[in-house]
Amino acid sequence: MALSTEESGRLAALLSGQDERVTTRWTEIVTSSLRGRLSQAELRRQVQDLHRAIVSTGEQGIIDLSADSAAELRAALSELSRGRARQGFSATETTVSIFALKDVLAELVQENGGPNALPDYVAFSKLVDEMGLFTFESFVRTRESLIADQAEQLLELSTPVVKLWEGVVAVPLVGTLDSARAQVVMERLLQTLVDTSSPYAIIDITGVPAVDTQVAQHILKTVVAARLMGADCIISGIRPQIAQTIVALGIEFGDIATKASLADALRHVLRLNGVETARRQPRRDA
Amino acid sequence: MERVPILKIGDILLVSIQLDMSDQTAVQLQEDLAERIVATGCHGVIIDITALDIVDSFVGRMLSTIASISKVLDAETVVVGMRPAVAITLVELGLSLNGIRTALNVERGMELIAAAHADELDYQLDDDPDAETASP
Repeated sequence: MALSTEESGRLAALLSGQDERVTTRWTEIVTSSLRGRLSQAELRRQVQDLHRAIVSTGEQGIIDLSADSAAELRAALSELSRGRARQGFSATETTVSIFALKDVLAELVQENGGPNALPDYVAFSKLVDEMGLFTFESFVRTRESLIADQAEQLLELSTPVVKLWEGVVAVPLVGTLDSARAQVVMERLLQTLVDTSSPYAIIDITGVPAVDTQVAQHILKTVVAARLMGADCIISGIRPQIAQTIVALGIEFGDIATKASLADALRHVLRLNGVETARRQPRRDA
Repeated sequence: MERVPILKIGDILLVSIQLDMSDQTAVQLQEDLAERIVATGCHGVIIDITALDIVDSFVGRMLSTIASISKVLDAETVVVGMRPAVAITLVELGLSLNGIRTALNVERGMELIAAAHADELDYQLDDDPDAETASP
């Protein structure tokens, strides 16, 4: 889908002949569709960039969006859509900036008239359609990479391993535990055990909304792997409903210690270590 | 043929496996270890597998066999230094290395053996009729 040399020349001439008017009208149409969420000056700058890219590509000869000669135009389009995607605009609000060029061209072609008016306009409009699709695609690509980045960040954030005591580390699990997360949690916990040479680990599942057989399977695997390495795991933070579900599902935790709260688990570990814990007596004379 | 060295530290024999085990090396290690336990009268064996990237069923069985042999000769076996990746693979394969005690590193392994040995001594003292008053 490319414009012939004559068509490209005419398009470039049409646009560059009255560039001030074209950019102003184009900016006007875009501004009305965005309802003031971008400043007039910024829109004008974006539109001018696009205008310049189209004109310079057109002057080189054939305008073909997939050709090497259109690299500048493609760069301008993806720059625009990347900016919009990051600022949280919708796909329509992004592509409308490109399609606004059609209205401008229609006005210009109508004024100029001539025998080629209709075929020219059809060819120009096809090019604009193509540019719009290209913009849309790069918009989607940007959004997808944003989502992938966020998912990765979430994975990083959601699995901290904290040191509770000398030789005791804890993993507070928050949110649903799927295979990918369970894998990350397991690897990080085991690595921390090695790095800190802690013989005890507490897995706290207070923040896990539901425990099914799959989640239990993941937790059990982690515990068994830690045991193989010579560390003991304690599961804590089992809420009443979850305890009922576990029993109803027939999940066996075997000889793995389970405690109701993180505090109980820590006390249990300290007792195993031979550290005495005592309740401090409240002062009576205060 | 390559041999796995066996080092004596106090009351403990330390075996650090740093090469890929073949049938022959494994058998040789078992023989050497049995001989050394009897000759030195040690009460603990520490097998260090920090250097092993891969632990398969063959190595797993070898570790179990060594543990059983040592048990018969009254020595406690502790496998130390298993890497996280190895542990995960073993769990995924369903190999749980039954009957083998593990510790995070050599230091912890030595503590574990010392504790087990101390328990045994206590137990023997408890059996002693003179020590009746010591425990309820």
